[in-house]
Amino acid sequence: MTEEVDTGRRHFLTVATVATGAVGVALVAVPFLASWKPSARAKAMGAPVEVDISKLEPGAMLKVEWRGKAVYIVHRTPQMLAQLEGIVGELRDPESTESDQPEFARGAARALKPEYLVLIGVCTHLGCAPLDKFSPGDVTVSPDWQGGFFCPCHGSKFDISGRVFKNVPAPTNLPVPPYQFVTDNRILIGAEKGNA
Amino acid sequence: MSSSNAAAKTATKSGGGMLSGLTTWIDERFPLTALWKSQVSEYYAPKNMNFWYYFGSLALVVLVIQILSGLFLTMNYKPSSADAFGSVEYIMRDVEWGWLIRYIHSTGASAFFIVVYLHMFRALLYGSYQKPRELLWIFGMLIYFALMAEGFFGYLLPWGNMSYWGAQVIVSLFGAIPVVGDSLTEWIRGDFYISDVTLNRFFALHVVAIPFALVFLVIAHLMALHEVGSNNPDGVEIKKVKGPDGIPLDGIAFHPYYTVKDMVGLGVFLILFALVIFFAPTLGGYFLENANFDPANSLQTPPHIAPVWYFTPFYAILRAVPSKPLGAALMGIAVVLFVFLPWLDRGKVKSIRYRGPLFKFFLYSFAISFLALGYLGMQPPTPAFTLAARVFTVIYFAFFLLMPWYTSIDKTKPVPTRVTYHAH
Repeated sequence: MTEEVDTGRRHFLTVATVATGAVGVALVAVPFLASWKPSARAKAMGAPVEVDISKLEPGAMLKVEWRGKAVYIVHRTPQMLAQLEGIVGELRDPESTESDQPEFARGAARALKPEYLVLIGVCTHLGCAPLDKFSPGDVTVSPDWQGGFFCPCHGSKFDISGRVFKNVPAPTNLPVPPYQFVTDNRILIGAEKGNA
Repeated sequence: MSSSNAAAKTATKSGGGMLSGLTTWIDERFPLTALWKSQVSEYYAPKNMNFWYYFGSLALVVLVIQILSGLFLTMNYKPSSADAFGSVEYIMRDVEWGWLIRYIHSTGASAFFIVVYLHMFRALLYGSYQKPRELLWIFGMLIYFALMAEGFFGYLLPWGNMSYWGAQVIVSLFGAIPVVGDSLTEWIRGDFYISDVTLNRFFALHVVAIPFALVFLVIAHLMALHEVGSNNPDGVEIKKVKGPDGIPLDGIAFHPYYTVKDMVGLGVFLILFALVIFFAPTLGGYFLENANFDPANSLQTPPHIAPVWYFTPFYAILRAVPSKPLGAALMGIAVVLFVFLPWLDRGKVKSIRYRGPLFKFFLYSFAISFLALGYLGMQPPTPAFTLAARVFTVIYFAFFLLMPWYTSIDKTKPVPTRVTYHAH
């Protein structure tokens, strides 16, 4: 028996207590951090929406809301579709290899049916809503504008398939949501055929 | 009459006696007098502090104004997407003096950044971040970051359309982080878009978490200041020359000398503050943006999104870069670089008065760039403005990144041992 304090033992116990306490703190933090994730209600409200497109005129655009985001549905005219091949050289990702879309939307039209374009109207730069600037030569964009989408926030430009041009801040094409045609005139946004 | 006068006199006298008795009673239980002396009446500050030294105490006053006006706003504000916009209109129209309380709070936000930016520029002018004040500077920078978070969270609360899209843009910045970006933004929002959930949590952060952090950091900032002592326009350490009583020869008691001086600054500040509140509460769209008088609409971006003026220098840097991850990274670095000033600066002198021409050139170019970027960040991104923003971004970064070089070769002037001071 000695009156000396066993400092090695004290040190070990201190470190062990601190380490155990730290594990406890880390575990208790999990529920609090996880409470920030989308709740069950928020997830449920993200269900698919059905849209009637029978009244959408050629050349016109319809905005609908899905998961709080604007979804753009454009009834494209043959003239609009004719532009798609000629501008490939000016696009950053013409084949949509780095962009976000369902498998079926890879080509130049990026659509199930070329005359109906369905896009998420959220700029891939910082989430603004790009404007529909469909008239060629629109001087509010640029004199040589061919028609497409223009983001007013930071000047990103997209063609009439939502493909991003070179030398603008947006990194990728406008996303295409999963969707399917329920009938010829009704689109279900938020679910692809097969896994609806 | 005269007898009642005499009675009043004795009452005052005995009241004074009671007061000192009370002070003694407290001092035996809590270091009241000791704290007052060490932090105020016997805290010796350099006698040559000038105009630039108003902004620290003003920032403290604005913090108190914001906490008090904010407290009263929460009594009528409703943090839900259905009620928020309406409850702010209710405060403006129906609550007695509600408009005044809200305009005090919204003007206070801009005033906070004005005094803090001037306070920071003072530190650049006089080398107040240099050894031994590095930690003081870091606490100050943490206050600045907390203030930016507070301004950002608070700006969503009125649930106007600019609130909404401003939050959308800033939260999307986190999406630029590789791999975790998308799930991180979803975690911050708590939803697939900026929603009621986001508004509710931003409210909690704005009124509980960040104010607590701010108050704690301000206390730490002041403790560090009173440990190392205040710098001054000559950048001379007054503690190096002390009188026989151990008090720095160039030091004067903070109270009454600087409390009285700061009252003058406070008076001028409050006059300007009141002028804005009463005559130009939106300050032409700079303090409260016009697009925010429309309620939030998740389907309609305002034609031109710009943050409030105090974020625009960094926003201009973000937009100047034609790549999302790089732009976001540069913007973050532009904010954080300030923290490293004490180690980037290799200068042998602190104050601009004894610095060489190179430092002056870079500091003034930086100040001009900061203001120019602030202007460009409010403008639409035309090609000419984008080019200008790129030039000023380069100058902005050059100030920091070239600092080790130009401060070490600069021709400095000899620094006096005592502060320069002319009695008047």
